[in-house]
Amino acid sequence: MLSTKEYVAVMQLHGHVGEEQLKEVIKSFVGRIYQKPPVRSSVKRALRIKEIYNIEILEIQYPFVLMRIECEHGTYVRKLIHDIGDVLGVGAHMRELRRTRTGPFKEDETLVTMHELSEAAYMWKQMNDDKPLSDIILPVEFGVSHIPKVIVMDGAVSAITHGADLAVPGIAMLHEGIKPGDSVGIFTLKGELVATGIAKMSTEQIIQSTKGIAVKTKRVIMRKDTYPRLWGRRKSQ
Amino acid sequence: MSSVGEELVERGLDFIRKLDEYAGLRRRLVLVKHEVTTNPAYGKVPSERTLNEKLRLGIINLDKPPGPTSHEVVAWIKKMLGLTKAGHGGTLVPR
Repeated sequence: MLSTKEYVAVMQLHGHVGEEQLKEVIKSFVGRIYQKPPVRSSVKRALRIKEIYNIEILEIQYPFVLMRIECEHGTYVRKLIHDIGDVLGVGAHMRELRRTRTGPFKEDETLVTMHELSEAAYMWKQMNDDKPLSDIILPVEFGVSHIPKVIVMDGAVSAITHGADLAVPGIAMLHEGIKPGDSVGIFTLKGELVATGIAKMSTEQIIQSTKGIAVKTKRVIMRKDTYPRLWGRRKSQ
Repeated sequence: MSSVGEELVERGLDFIRKLDEYAGLRRRLVLVKHEVTTNPAYGKVPSERTLNEKLRLGIINLDKPPGPTSHEVVAWIKKMLGLTKAGHGGTLVPR
């Protein structure tokens, strides 16, 4: 999933630096940075630009600095910390790393351990109680909860599941602020995810138009036979 | 007077608002059609899916233990839940 990531990391400094200088240098890394993937990586080792959205220093206990880092997908935190150490002059390395958020998924009540999962599976299989497991599994729609949504009339659903793009007349409701190029989720009026797509028009344009392609369908999620084919221009009953 | 279809739309929109809240998405939904209704004969609000339906297409937010690879963890879960298809959204430390 090509979404924003959040990490909590421990940087270990290789020499002493003043707190003011530390804060200043870390702040300078917020924004666009250059990164070259490490030797041991599965991606092409070309110089890339990644964006660091925020770095928050949580705790300083020399030689360790605890930080929360919010960054673009594909950022190497290890390299970031190494570079911070270089700019500070004393050098540093990443001692520990934990990813705390990927897209909409974070450390909240939906996060489960393998232990909790296996207990829930046991309750289902051996004790005939499927509630714990059902509570753990999120509907697939949560995977796109963080992107803007376009809700379609029943009559438009079947065509989209067959790969058709979404035209303006099929739209019932949509989020404000959608811009051309945005990834959007196409939903039914019952809240089911039909497909993901790329917006070709803005929310304002869609409101003001009576025709045209509003969303280019990229990835169909819903099964083809879920909603029936409705031919011609009929009001969905 | 609210029809079955309109009441179902209310539940669908409630679910979508829950998704937005989960992700911290603070945007209003704009209505572009005069009347919206949905046919109860097909589809269902995702929060009402059965366990088997969720197992067919669902997401687990897993705190992956350090050590085993994502691939291994997915294999364990497939066995545990009797799944034939499962994937993962990425691990912190590739092999």
